[in-house]
Amino acid sequence: MLFYLTKRLGLSAVVIGLVVLVLFSLLHLIPGDPATIALGPRATPEAIARYAAKMHLDAPVWQQFLIYVGNAMTGDLGIDVFSDRPVTAIIMERIGFTLALVCAGMGWAMLLGIPLGCLAAVKPNSWLDRVTGVLSVGTIAVPSFLVSIWALLIFAVHLRWLPAIGAGEPGDTASQLRHLILPAFAIGLSWVGYLARMVRASMLEVMGENYIRSARAFGLRPRRVIFGYALRVAILPTITLIGMGFGGLISSTVFAEIIFARPGIGKLIFDAVMARNFPIVQGAVLVATGLYILVVLFSDILIAWFDPRVRESL
Amino acid sequence: MSENRSEPETGIPAVDASGLPDHVTEADIRESAARERREKLRMFLTNWQGLIGLILVILFFASAIFAPWIAPYDPNALDVPSRLSGPTWDHPAGTDQLGRDTLSRLLYGGRVALKIAAIGVSVALVVGLILGMIAGFGPRWLDNLLLLAFDTVRAFPTIVLALAMVALTGPSLGMVLAIVIITSIPQYARVARTATLTLKNTDFILAERSLGASMTRTLLHHVMPNVVGPLLILAAMDVPVVVTVEAGLSFLGLGVLPPTASWGTILNEGYLVIRDAPWMVIAGGIPLILTTLGFTFLGEALRDVFDPRMGKGR
Repeated sequence: MLFYLTKRLGLSAVVIGLVVLVLFSLLHLIPGDPATIALGPRATPEAIARYAAKMHLDAPVWQQFLIYVGNAMTGDLGIDVFSDRPVTAIIMERIGFTLALVCAGMGWAMLLGIPLGCLAAVKPNSWLDRVTGVLSVGTIAVPSFLVSIWALLIFAVHLRWLPAIGAGEPGDTASQLRHLILPAFAIGLSWVGYLARMVRASMLEVMGENYIRSARAFGLRPRRVIFGYALRVAILPTITLIGMGFGGLISSTVFAEIIFARPGIGKLIFDAVMARNFPIVQGAVLVATGLYILVVLFSDILIAWFDPRVRESL
Repeated sequence: MSENRSEPETGIPAVDASGLPDHVTEADIRESAARERREKLRMFLTNWQGLIGLILVILFFASAIFAPWIAPYDPNALDVPSRLSGPTWDHPAGTDQLGRDTLSRLLYGGRVALKIAAIGVSVALVVGLILGMIAGFGPRWLDNLLLLAFDTVRAFPTIVLALAMVALTGPSLGMVLAIVIITSIPQYARVARTATLTLKNTDFILAERSLGASMTRTLLHHVMPNVVGPLLILAAMDVPVVVTVEAGLSFLGLGVLPPTASWGTILNEGYLVIRDAPWMVIAGGIPLILTTLGFTFLGEALRDVFDPRMGKGR
């Protein structure tokens, strides 16, 4: 386990390093002087000189890269050229909104999808199984940004049940929760079907195993057999799926934040792209990508913890 | 879905071309291969999801290719007096803020989606196939290097990478294509690599190698035909992703630019007038859903028929 852990952590560290390298070189591929691009054509020569000195733009590119990596390690992602504030502070203000949305969206999808998949597998071809099948195929096919737009149209514009835009009043939990409902619904919907399907498939497989028959033969109650024995094993492929699908979840979060004007990381990146504010783009993309890498890492370690065979294969 | 996954017992003799048993003639083999083909066709035709998928996919192709003949209006013809109208006999899908006919624009938008999907998927497939075969067949260090490159690309959530790339160059059709191709390559390459690795030490490849065949010849004539099948199924499943990325980026104003009609730009224009003209976002989403649904159904049916094992692993 320790060997696996070291190797897996090492690989993630290398990938994060490469991600930083890719981002850094992307930003240095733009033709033109970075200071002029960042400050706009009307900036005074003094302002450009000040900016160049602050960002170490007169150093060779590889030195700039090392400086950036070194600073990033200590949590310093540069300075926002417009507001003159540290990028890290700006990201930290926003990341809470994104994390809340991701957790809420994934949370309701898991709470609904996993039991649905279980029940469908326990009674194959029942009405519940059929409804789950149709539901999962239907929801998987609808792109999440379309769910966001349509949810906004139906529940906020037409029925006026829920607020359309923003994240709620600061400090007012009830209002913040009300603003969370629609985006969380939108990004979780396709996951309900996805999870139900995955859990159903692996449950059907596990329910045929000998040890399940033994557990039944011992006279354990069906509920205990299903949730205590079968689900524990059947959930493993689902954990991998959640880890791998987290990137897609981040993508749909970006859309949901833009459509519902929610001030999270996705909206931050989008606004920065529109304003061509590169330090923010660089920092926020790095944070979003790092988050994804961490989740995949975590799910891999969790799987290795549960299933010894995985540890051997790397 | 998974119900059709049982393998049919066709009683086909093992097709091991080198040593035929005496009583098996070539005609027998040909006949059994034909029988297997018929069996697979029957399986496909009795799969309602596959059929619906096929119909939707044909509709997608036909409407995109014949758009100039089917479309009732010029997609860019302005008719300001009847702007933002709901569905009428003249405009079955309503009009937008400039009075352009939404149905015509949707039909032309399908052309953009088809162009992106056709070019993006085929380029990604070919490049992924080549890289995957090289990774599987080449030396160990090259394999590790390529795997690391794939992991790095996959570490970025698609939309986040797209935002970073568009930040540099500005939006364009070519940029959307580049994003789609770069993010799709790793999955094709991984499947091709795994298939190549299992083929690498089979007898017929070893025989070919020992006869002095070059690596190029071995890969092109012997490995590729055995690898390309699963990739084609993967390609059918990839089309919805590609079409969604294009629509999503165009929706954000970072893909195809107005006035060109694309499903994303129509949704974008509809989003801006969502309170006054809900018809636009409703109509704009329908072709997107039908297309993703069609290719998902078709891909899953093809997978169930031709490659029952793939269902679980992914």
